Amino acid sequence: MTSRRAAVLLALPCLLALLALFVAPQALMFESSLGRRSFYGGVIHQWSLDNYRRALEPLYLAILARSIGLALATTLLCLLLAYPVAYWLGRRTPPRARSALLVLVILPFWTSFLVRMYAWIFMLRTEGLVNTALGLTGLGPLNLLYNDAAVLLGQVYGELPFMILPLYASLEKLDRSLLEAAADLGAGPARALWRVTLPLSRPGIVAGSVLVFIPSLGAYLAPDLLGGARTVYMGSLIQSQFTFVRDAPFGAALSFMLSLVVLVLLVIFRRPIRESRSA
Amino acid sequence: MRGEVVLQGLRKAFGDVAAVRDVSLEVRGGEFLTLLGPSGCGKTTLLRMIAGFESPDAGRILISGRDVTALPAYERPVNTVFQQYALFPHRTVAGNVAFGLEMQRRARGEIAERVEKVLEMVRLGGLGDRRPSQLSGGQQQRVALARAVVLEPEVLLLDEPMAALDLKLRQEMRVEVKNLQERLGITFVFVTHDQEEALVMSDRIAVMNRGRVEQVGPPEALYDRPRTRFVADFLAVRNLLPATVVSVASGVAALRTRGGVSFQAADDGGYREGAAVWVGVRPERIRLDEGGVSTDNTLRGTLEDEIYLGDRTDWRVRVGEDTLTVAESAAGARGRRRGEPVTVSFPPAAVLRLDDPEGEGR
Repeated sequence: MTSRRAAVLLALPCLLALLALFVAPQALMFESSLGRRSFYGGVIHQWSLDNYRRALEPLYLAILARSIGLALATTLLCLLLAYPVAYWLGRRTPPRARSALLVLVILPFWTSFLVRMYAWIFMLRTEGLVNTALGLTGLGPLNLLYNDAAVLLGQVYGELPFMILPLYASLEKLDRSLLEAAADLGAGPARALWRVTLPLSRPGIVAGSVLVFIPSLGAYLAPDLLGGARTVYMGSLIQSQFTFVRDAPFGAALSFMLSLVVLVLLVIFRRPIRESRSA
Repeated sequence: MRGEVVLQGLRKAFGDVAAVRDVSLEVRGGEFLTLLGPSGCGKTTLLRMIAGFESPDAGRILISGRDVTALPAYERPVNTVFQQYALFPHRTVAGNVAFGLEMQRRARGEIAERVEKVLEMVRLGGLGDRRPSQLSGGQQQRVALARAVVLEPEVLLLDEPMAALDLKLRQEMRVEVKNLQERLGITFVFVTHDQEEALVMSDRIAVMNRGRVEQVGPPEALYDRPRTRFVADFLAVRNLLPATVVSVASGVAALRTRGGVSFQAADDGGYREGAAVWVGVRPERIRLDEGGVSTDNTLRGTLEDEIYLGDRTDWRVRVGEDTLTVAESAAGARGRRRGEPVTVSFPPAAVLRLDDPEGEGR
């Protein structure tokens, strides 16, 4: 057996799974996005672009913009919060302690995201932990829940490990002698960070940003549970089309629009992304 | 004086392991000084303390008369050429060389001019736009050199900069680096484990062993008169023999080796009758089958082994219970065979008396 045939055989299970679980559903979704809703919420398979035309109305574009805003803010905040953590983990911690600390980063995944969101509700609600504490100092209670800030908080909290891990990976393997060279050539700690550490950890920054940005764009749970009635994002909008509104074709069209945004972004940033994979 | 490095009582331990123990050394301004020793002798730690990458547990470092012991690396007037070059992979060759000048906030025009000039000097003109990864090992080494030299440091530190190059390139770079040092007049502190490299390049060599400097001197002095067993061993004095001083009289010490061989050594004033000493004789100072002068030591032995090295042959000669290594140059060689009886001779002046401070030979 040639190595080429062996490679095809080895890849086959994965390809089949992708085909059955990803390509086929996407194709079905695309087909129904071209159709029309029936009176009882079914799909009438008469193809037109009406759903896409509707998706581009200002009302929905505004929601898309809000979602992009949320995803950008989440990515940026995660980056700012994760970088020091990853730096400390990867460069300042003795190797023996690292694996234990990395487990702590991954630990939240042992609990369902849904449960963790309810934990946040418990903490942020009017009679919650935070407001009780604030009440004791005479500051509270504040409206901490059901607003955009709460959504951002939940989102950042949920995505943070996905930023820490790739940043850690790229910072950990950064050659110490390069930082010594920077110091040797007259760069103080701040300038060495800015001119050497940051550029060399770019693969981690790019990988982490992609991993955080894309799920945040279609985030559903955090906006749904921590957001208020007036804070609609793409995730909730799409979900509502399939459930309350019973307009599956329009929901499918919105989904596709979101996928398209991601695709366009991936194309725009293809070069740094490719570099981050090879590094 | 500018470029002068003074080390006073430096100590450094990593955990329980003492890397540098009480080193005091003065490097003159404009001098090419080599720290020579086997791996683990503390030479790199010493260099890293001068650079500011390690802080000493005790002692002081003065550069050009200024105490820099407490200064961080980025404020010291020294630059380093790293063993694996440590070139910035995200910058071009020119970007690497410009880095230090940018840190000094030089004007853009001045940076470009100086970078170009120094790249010309290390014969890398026209390669400024390349990435370090696109260059050969030798070229990368030149970039590392250029990047350090462009800042005109008072002292340049080189940490085994040629260890990663192949032999031929290494030999070329020796001459090139030496010429560069003479042209620039900068103090070079050079770390290597290669004795040949040290002999070719240095004004003075400091031989290090177990965290201490065992001997400092010009290459010829070290080669001709190694003072300790370790230095002799490291500088290829192949015949090291433990012996007892039988008698000392009129400038000559009579010795008997542990293997029962007797010969005479020129007395340097250090021989004491009845004392145990280590002595060494260089293989090239011993001759095979030649009468020589009557005062020479002449011993009878048997050829035991032959190590052919091209330009010379090293013979292992059995003399009593001892084995001597004798170098015979290819020019003077005659067909000898193993098992042949031979006489070996060497002048008493060729016998080096060696200290053994750590008692390593016993």
